[in-house]
Amino acid sequence: MSNVIWMIIGMGLVTYIPRMLPFVAFEGGRFPPFLQGVLKNVPYAILGALIFPGILFIHDELWFVLLGALIAFGLSYIGANVIIVVIGAILCLSFVSFLF
Amino acid sequence: MNGTMVQNQSSQLKLGIQGGLTIAIGYMPIAITYGFIAKSTELSLLETVLMSAFVYAGASQYMALDMIARSVGMIEIVITTFIVNIRHFLMSASLNEKTEKVARWKKALYAFGITDETFSVAAVQKDKLSASYMFGLNITAYSSWVFFSAVGFLIGEILPEFFQEGMSVALYAMFIGLLVPSMKGNRKVVILATIAAVFHSFFSFLHLLSTGWAIVVSTLLSACLVELVYYKKEEEGKESE
Repeated sequence: MSNVIWMIIGMGLVTYIPRMLPFVAFEGGRFPPFLQGVLKNVPYAILGALIFPGILFIHDELWFVLLGALIAFGLSYIGANVIIVVIGAILCLSFVSFLF
Repeated sequence: MNGTMVQNQSSQLKLGIQGGLTIAIGYMPIAITYGFIAKSTELSLLETVLMSAFVYAGASQYMALDMIARSVGMIEIVITTFIVNIRHFLMSASLNEKTEKVARWKKALYAFGITDETFSVAAVQKDKLSASYMFGLNITAYSSWVFFSAVGFLIGEILPEFFQEGMSVALYAMFIGLLVPSMKGNRKVVILATIAAVFHSFFSFLHLLSTGWAIVVSTLLSACLVELVYYKKEEEGKESE
């Protein structure tokens, strides 16, 4: 086997272990209430951290980024399904990019 | 097993696949680009696809390619991968609080599919997460990632540039689409996301932490600080009753 394959196996293991450990080691709903509260907060905090500042780096032009964010925000605010939000944002930005 | 349970399982599976389709679309451009870069880094098709199939974590795969190109040692690449992906620990711990009780081997199996994206979609679901839902979600997203990695290697930059630029917003649009409905009428969610975003910007603009740790630390800080305030409020509320 090539060295690269061994490296891939190593990368796979160190990525899988943190993913799997909490599911196997912890029983859901057994933590003290405060910690359970923190874990319930995690999804919304992570979404904030994943969106910003990463979104700023998808394009050199800031207006392009803002337009994309605005379209996604607007579509989801009026209650569009996530898949519509994604396709809508892609199509609008592709069209704008095609024009300019 | 009775009829309604089977029916319930298949509808849960469908629901999961539906959630996974959004991710599958978002993964397409990133996986194609990954495959294309992997080829120019002189990985073989087998190695390119195996990395997507075994590691299944976009950011660390891009990083590995970059490090291979700079002839960084393999041990170092594995250690970097670990650091970049440690955030999944936090996601799995959070999801584990809202999954249905099932055999641990099943959890260990669907745990392989936890990514930023599958986590986000699953975490904002209102109901408890069944194993069928998790498998539907994860297998759909995973198939897209592995399949389009191979496509990227084989046909490379076939998408016109304007479409590539449009596609670059896909995953962010998805994150926004998942966050906004929860933010409506829920100030706690707005505060949680904002504080984490501010901390993350602070850490990344000042280069204080690597990408993996920056997300973990800003998420934990935000989740703990907000919980401290709300927890105290609730306790006071109970005492005054």
